Amino acid sequence: MVEVKHIIKSFDGRVILNDISAIFETGKTNLIIGQSGSGKTVLLKTIIGLLRPDSGQILYDGRNFVGLKKRELNVLRREMGMLFQGSALFDSMTVLENVMFPLDMFSSDPYKEREKRAMFCLERVNLPDAAHLYPSEISGGMMKRAAIARAIALNPMYLFCDEPNSGLDPKTSLLIDDLIHDITKDYKMTTIINTHDMNSVMNIGETIIFIKEGVLEWRGTSDEVISSNNKALNDFVFASDLFRKVKEIEGQEQEKK
Amino acid sequence: MNEALQRLGEYTLLMRKTLSIPTRWSMFFKQLIKEIYKLGADSLWIVIIISIFIGTVIAMQISLNISSPLIPKFTIGYTTREIILLEFSSSIMCLILAGKVGSNIASEIGTMRVTEQIDAMEIMGVNSANFLIFPKILGLMIFIPVLVIFSMFTGILGGIAASYADINGMTPSSFEYGLQYYFNSFYIGYSILKSVVYAFIIASIASYFGYNVKGGALDVGKASTNAVVMSSIMILLADVIMTHLMLT
Repeated sequence: MVEVKHIIKSFDGRVILNDISAIFETGKTNLIIGQSGSGKTVLLKTIIGLLRPDSGQILYDGRNFVGLKKRELNVLRREMGMLFQGSALFDSMTVLENVMFPLDMFSSDPYKEREKRAMFCLERVNLPDAAHLYPSEISGGMMKRAAIARAIALNPMYLFCDEPNSGLDPKTSLLIDDLIHDITKDYKMTTIINTHDMNSVMNIGETIIFIKEGVLEWRGTSDEVISSNNKALNDFVFASDLFRKVKEIEGQEQEKK
Repeated sequence: MNEALQRLGEYTLLMRKTLSIPTRWSMFFKQLIKEIYKLGADSLWIVIIISIFIGTVIAMQISLNISSPLIPKFTIGYTTREIILLEFSSSIMCLILAGKVGSNIASEIGTMRVTEQIDAMEIMGVNSANFLIFPKILGLMIFIPVLVIFSMFTGILGGIAASYADINGMTPSSFEYGLQYYFNSFYIGYSILKSVVYAFIIASIASYFGYNVKGGALDVGKASTNAVVMSSIMILLADVIMTHLMLT
């Protein structure tokens, strides 16, 4: 479980995150949603330690990330996997070498074992055939899958995904969503996904927090997101024509009843 | 002034982070070999070509410009050797390499920064500066002396080739006599030592500019240019200081 308590983060005096508190549960896909510029990426980067909060606590199963010593921090980092928006695969390495990288750095297993583990991760994301290709030789969806394989190579306890569907077609987005969801369940990870894709929200969102202008505006589940009366959330959710029509149809059906 | 001090502070902190014990030696040596090949061995041909031509031109120019009967002809070989050993093969060659290798390092690390590859390493708990920069610095410090020796050798060969052109009375025998005349082997060591310092300057400054890129592709280009300009200035400054310390 990851818990953030009273996180405040500002840049040049401008408050980006204003007293955010939330709990991200183990074994669930926890979503952070919000419009572009709402502060969700800053929140995710603060949770994973790429940004330091001005105040507040980030607790990883009780361990306060903000106050950890360098050695403890490095241990905790090895329990994390991250899927970046642009995949962030290392250009100079093949897909297999990318997946093996965290194993090469931190595992004391012999080479054959590390290679076997990397191939297992690639098979888990249905990408064994691309093992010897370079990132520039594969598609965006394959890059995301390779990045997921790399993220799970060390059997992490926490998985973070920053806009996992950006730049992907709807069908591939669905595949990536399902993959993240299945992996979360299989490995009982705490998964935190930062997204503004409503399809992902409905497809895999188990617990959801909605951020608007740096303030936690709403929290709930994917079932509650459609029926919520929160105006800011409704403005965000029903900005999509598809969801607006779904809402209209639901309204009409209720009237008929 | 404030910005300069801030940059100096950032550079010092980056070097502190870089020059630490690697997490995994096997990975470090793998990277080191890659960097020696990519940054050093890949520069061998350009060093050889430039050195041959510059050695030839130095000998030709000296021959054309020394026409006094009071100056012996072996002076051409002697002067060519001194120029090549003392300045050309170390300082000028490293200025050229600052352009080639420095821009390569800054753009590579800068691109990794803007595409979040460095962030990905940090998230994994890898000391990205140590993993990426240390092998580049060490690799260049190991291989630049080799390039300098090649440059000295081929530069002098270029001069010998020019002596066969019989320009203004220059002969191969007088040139070869000049090459051996009053030879001080310390100059070779001095030149190699300078090149090691230049290698550190090139790799560390270029890495600093690449590592601290903020923004996108345009900023990577700017960082690359700044890296070449700054490392060239620092090479010239180091040249003055080391010449004063070691030869005066």
